[in-house]
Order: sequence, then structure tokens, then C-alpha cells
Amino acid sequence: MSLSFVRTEMEEPQPAPSSTVGIVAWARTNLFSSIPNTILTIIALYLLVRLAVGIFPWIFLGVWDAGSLSECREIFAELYPDGREYACWAVIADRWDQIIFGYYSADQYWRPILGWILIGVSAVPVLYPNTPRSLLYVTVATAFVYPFLVWGGTIWPYLMAAVGFGVGYGVYRILAAVTAGNAFSSVIAVSGSVIAAAVWWIGLSGPISGALAEAMPWGIEAFRSRDLAGFALAITIGVVAIAASLPLAIALALGRQSNMLIVNKLSTGFIEMIRGVPLITLIFVAVVLLQYFLPSGTDVDPILAIMILVTLFTAAYIAEVIRAGLAAVPKGQYEAADSLGLNYGLAQRLIILPQALKIAIPGIVSNFISVFKDTVLVSIVFPNDPLGIADTIRADSNWNGIVWELYGFIALVFFLFCFAMSRYSLSLEKRLQTGHR
Amino acid sequence: MKRSIFACAAVALTMTGGALAAQTLDAVKERGELNCGITEGTLGFSARDANGVHQGFDVEFCRALAVAIFNDADAVNYVELSSANRFTALTAGNADVLYRTTTWTLTRDVDLKTNFVGVNYYDGQAFMVPAELGVSSALELDGATVCIEVGTTTELNLADYFRANGMEYQPLPVGGTTEAKALFEEGACDVYTTDGSALAGVKASFPDPSAYVILPEVASKEPLGPAVRHGDEQWADVVRWVQNALIEAEEYDITSENAAQLAESGSIPAVNRILGVEGGLGEMLGLENDFALNMITKVGNYGEIFARTIGESTPIGLPRGLNALYTEGGIQYAPPFR
Repeated sequence: MSLSFVRTEMEEPQPAPSSTVGIVAWARTNLFSSIPNTILTIIALYLLVRLAVGIFPWIFLGVWDAGSLSECREIFAELYPDGREYACWAVIADRWDQIIFGYYSADQYWRPILGWILIGVSAVPVLYPNTPRSLLYVTVATAFVYPFLVWGGTIWPYLMAAVGFGVGYGVYRILAAVTAGNAFSSVIAVSGSVIAAAVWWIGLSGPISGALAEAMPWGIEAFRSRDLAGFALAITIGVVAIAASLPLAIALALGRQSNMLIVNKLSTGFIEMIRGVPLITLIFVAVVLLQYFLPSGTDVDPILAIMILVTLFTAAYIAEVIRAGLAAVPKGQYEAADSLGLNYGLAQRLIILPQALKIAIPGIVSNFISVFKDTVLVSIVFPNDPLGIADTIRADSNWNGIVWELYGFIALVFFLFCFAMSRYSLSLEKRLQTGHR
Repeated sequence: MKRSIFACAAVALTMTGGALAAQTLDAVKERGELNCGITEGTLGFSARDANGVHQGFDVEFCRALAVAIFNDADAVNYVELSSANRFTALTAGNADVLYRTTTWTLTRDVDLKTNFVGVNYYDGQAFMVPAELGVSSALELDGATVCIEVGTTTELNLADYFRANGMEYQPLPVGGTTEAKALFEEGACDVYTTDGSALAGVKASFPDPSAYVILPEVASKEPLGPAVRHGDEQWADVVRWVQNALIEAEEYDITSENAAQLAESGSIPAVNRILGVEGGLGEMLGLENDFALNMITKVGNYGEIFARTIGESTPIGLPRGLNALYTEGGIQYAPPFR
């Protein structure tokens, strides 16, 4: 018996039925799968169209070129005799630079712009691991260059602040070498370097930078904190809080997990105290009450006080997120680290923290997003945040009566920043996904 | 030995304490600029323009004070204060003087340890209605729906005013000026009430301001004036007499244009005393004798400041009303320079 026919080549596969692929299928499964679903889809589509019909003309038929709200209205009256009015974007054209850069004079705009570019560059090696490590030097330098660009004055105080870290590190290396072999070597070296750096900053850096500034007054125009405004203010507070709070938060989270009683209690107490008080209360205390406690005439720099507080506040919250990450690392990982003979520092750095932070990333980034938006809370004590600027612009008789255009623009800028952060967090999660969860 | 050190320290402490309180003028002179507390943005009274420069009625008074001290209208460091921290900033010494649309009340004067040294704007709660309602007096508002910002003194004043006049009203509580304006514009309420100066700003922001009228009655007294710290009478005198000079200058028709001329001709004794040609009054205050001359030349008299920033020729269009001189039916009145 033999087969009379054997097919020698494969039949071309048939295309999938049109009802299961393409946009029709997608719409059928997602939008019109059942009668209630279809009804909801139609209602939603109707509302969306209504919204678009209402908003889009207002946005896209707006006037960009006018000197005041009443000029806008005259233009509309001329164009549309039936009394229709659309957005008066002229206020943004007139004042967008104030909203973004605050009260820097136009010839100083390069300072915040350069600062933000530096922040962008310095974020690269932190955000993307496959970049040259030498970029990390830019990151470190930015910590001192950015304040110099924002506040200006002579370059020396910023340089002396940076030197303080060098002093601390140098003392650490020397003490570590001298006390090598001693059981308390690391404790002695660390506390010695902290003391040396503190002595440098508090006692020496001021007079030295003062003397240098007199001898070589190199610098740029000084800028007062009080004139820092708009998104330049929000970004400065946000970036400082984000950059400074993460290391602090890691230290607090580890402290709270620690077996050392005092470290543990101090960390717990700090976290709970900060988390127990609303941010707005803390800001109020920092700026208003502090003035009562300090000697008369002491000018508490409100921006500095707010930055410190927002940093502490964010750190306390992120510490809890990281603690949750630490708790989620299986106990076996700790035991594995111990069995390899790693000491505490190495075990945390090489095994525990990378896993814990990976788990904590979404929580950390959502804290960053909320702290960036929380910067507008400073308006209660310091009226120059982006929303405060909107009030100031509305108090100009040219723009008195403008509402939607201004707040819409500010909302858009906030959205762009926050959306970028959340996209970044998603991509980071995907890249770090190693199939543990 | 120990005791004597202690005594020295105590004496030093009391001295510095007294010195701090009494030296605002010297401190300002030494600093080279005046720390002037203003609002973060109030239409007509203070706001930054497109170049970031402060403009407004209160700002002009800061400038006038700076001219009186330094003969330089730009020697001012504007300290923008919210209503929450204005008095703290003053008490703590971050501002030398508040020109911050602050109502002079007993509790603020006494309890908050501030000294109010005058009134630069007599404000009062007023009522705005659409013109088509045909109402010409607040006493015709019986039964009206009133847009009122919750939790403000205006809310209490409104209740008092309607009860005192035996009228009924329907309150429509709103959260703030922006919301109130929108509701009023679409006709959800017949009347919108808040301080007269703010009401004028709201009116000016409507597409057709003439469709609304502000009624002549005021339901409350809101005297807005400069405030200084308790305990420094010399500084309080300086701020008080700087303002008096501006008002007195208007009374004697001394303007930014003719001040120098008048000082040169020196024919009117009262004018001479104001402008420092005779009398040496400026030096008694710790200023230059010609402080008022400089001030009026550079900033203008009270009437000029008013007309330039909030007066009827500006978009805000506030009438002088109570703020006219006493000779013209108002109550702005300065004690004599002699």
C-alpha cells in the first residue's frame, strides 16, 4: 500500500478572519463586546466629542498677539461680531518667561537654562547605567555649580563648600590608614571626617572664601532668594529635595531596620515625627515661627528653610517606601549574604539594597512626583511659586480677569514634568525586571 | 568678679534690647535700602509688571519713604508677604514697614504690637450690582441674593448691615474672588460684595464694565495704612510724617512739576516749611530738611500717586471718595507742618 499523493510544499497560511484582526476586531472586542459595553462606548464617545468641540476652538482660535485682556476682547469683537470669545493666550506670550524663569532679568536667563541642562546631563549616569562613568563627575560638580548659577555672587563660597567634602574624605582616608586593624577603625575614621568637614564649613570656609572674594572677585551677579520665582523656584526646590532626600531616606530606612537601639529609635522617631505633621504645617513653622525664636533681625532665608524641610519631609516618606522594599527581600538573601562572609556594608550594597530599591522604585518615583507638585505649597509663606506668579500677573491691570489661560499653562508645564518622571519610572521598572515577581 | 561679669552682661543685654528697638532709621540708613513689606499681588496696590518691577499705590509709598531717607526711589527691597506672615515679618525685623493693604484695627494695633501710623487708603465694603437691575442704593437690596466669600469679615459685615437696615438677603457662599466673579457674571447672584477697592478691580475685569454699578453705600470701615513695630517712636514719626507730607503737599498744590520752583521762590511760609526751605523740620525727624521736596519731585504728592496708580484715569478707576482731601469732601487730613 502506498500513498497516492503526498503534498511536497506547505500551503500558504490563510489570513486570519477579518473579524479577529485589525482595528475592526480591536473595536469589537474592546468597545462593542456586549450591549451595555456598546451603550457606554457611545455615551463616552459623545461626551469626548462634545468636550473637544467645546475646548479645541477655544484653544486654537485664541489670540496670541495683544497687550492686554481688553485688547484681546477688542480683537474678538472685531473678528466675531456675534460675541464669541476664545482664549487670550497673549498673557502667556507676554509673561511666559516670568512663569518659567521668575524674576531673573532677561540677560540672566542663561543661568537657569544652563543649570537645568547641567541637571539633565548629571541625571544621565544616575538614570542610565550604560553611560560612561566619567559623567558622574558632572553629577558631583552640578551639586555645587547649580547653586552658584541660581544664587550667583562670587564663586568662592561654593568652591569652599565643595572643598569641605574633600577635607572630610581626606581625613577619612588618613584615619582609616592610621587605625587600620583596629576594631573601631571605621567608626573613628567616619566620625573624624565628619568632624573635620564640620569644622571646615562652620569655622574656616566663611573667612577663607571672604578673603578670596576680596582678592579675586570672580563671579556673576548675585541673585536674592526672594526673587527666585515661578518654575525656576519649583524646579530648584524639587531637584534639591529629590537629590538630597534619597540618600537620607536610605540611611533612615536602614536605621529603622538596624539592631542598634539608639540608631533605630532615632530613625523611627524622626520618620514618625515628620510623617505625623502635614507639610504645610512644617513649612509654616520653618518660616514664620522660626523668626520668633531667632534673635530679632535674623533673616531666615525662606527658600533655604523650605528646601531643608521639603527634603526632610520627602526623606521620611521615601524611607518608609524603601523599608517596605527591604522587608520584601526574602530572608534567604540576607542569609546568603552572611554565608558569603560579607560584612554589613557590603551585604547591603551588593545584595540587599539593589533588590530592595528595585521593588521600591514605583513608590519612590511617585513620591518624587508628589514632592514636585507640593512645591506650590510654599505659596502660604512665600508668594513666588508658579501659582503665586499667576496671582501676581492677575494683579496687573492689563491681565486682571484672566483665569483659565494662566492656570492651564501652568498645569500643562507641571504635567509635562510629572509625566516625564512617571514614564521614566516605567522604563526603569521594565529594565530592572528580572523575573523575581 | 563673676557677679560683675553677670551685671555687665545684663546691662549689655538691656542696652542692645533698647538699641534694637530704637534704631530702625539708623539700621535702614546703614543697610542702604528700605525693607518694605507689600502684598504678593493686589490689583492697583502692588504687583510686578512684565519686567518684574513693582508697581502700585502701596509701592509708591515705599518709594516715597526711600526718597525721604536716601533721596533714591529705588533703594527699596520689596518683601512680599502673605497675609499669614505679614505681622511676624514686621515683628521679626524682616520688614521695616508694612504697606500691605492692612486694615487698622484695635487688636492689630494693641495685641500684635504694631503701630499704625496713618491711613493711606480709606477702604470699605461695598456692593456691586448689574446696571440693568436699576438699583441705585444698597437700601433697595431687600431680598437680594448676595455672593459672599465665606470665612471673611465681609461675611459678618454683610449680616450686620442687612440686619441693621431691617432687610433680608439670600447668601450664596463662594470660595474666593475668582469663583464669586464667575457666579456673579452668569447671574447666580444679584449682588457681589467685598472691599470697595477689590470690587473696582473685579468690575474693571468684566468685558463691559459699564454694565455694572458699585453702589455708594459702604457697609464697613477698612482704613488701610502703614504699620511699624512697637517701641521705635522715631521710626514711627518718620513714616507718619512722610505720609503727612504727601497729603499736605496736595493740599498746598505742590506737585512733582512745581515743587522745585516753589522751593526756589520761597514766597509761601507753609509751603516753605514742608519743602524744608525754612523751619528745619526734616532734621528733627532725622532726615534731610529737603526730604519732602525730593519726595514730591520724584514720586509726586498724594493726589498724583492716587491718580497714577488707582485713580479714575486708570483701568481700575477708583474715585477719590473718602480719600479726597478734607477740603474737597473727603477725610484725608494731615496735621500742620510747623
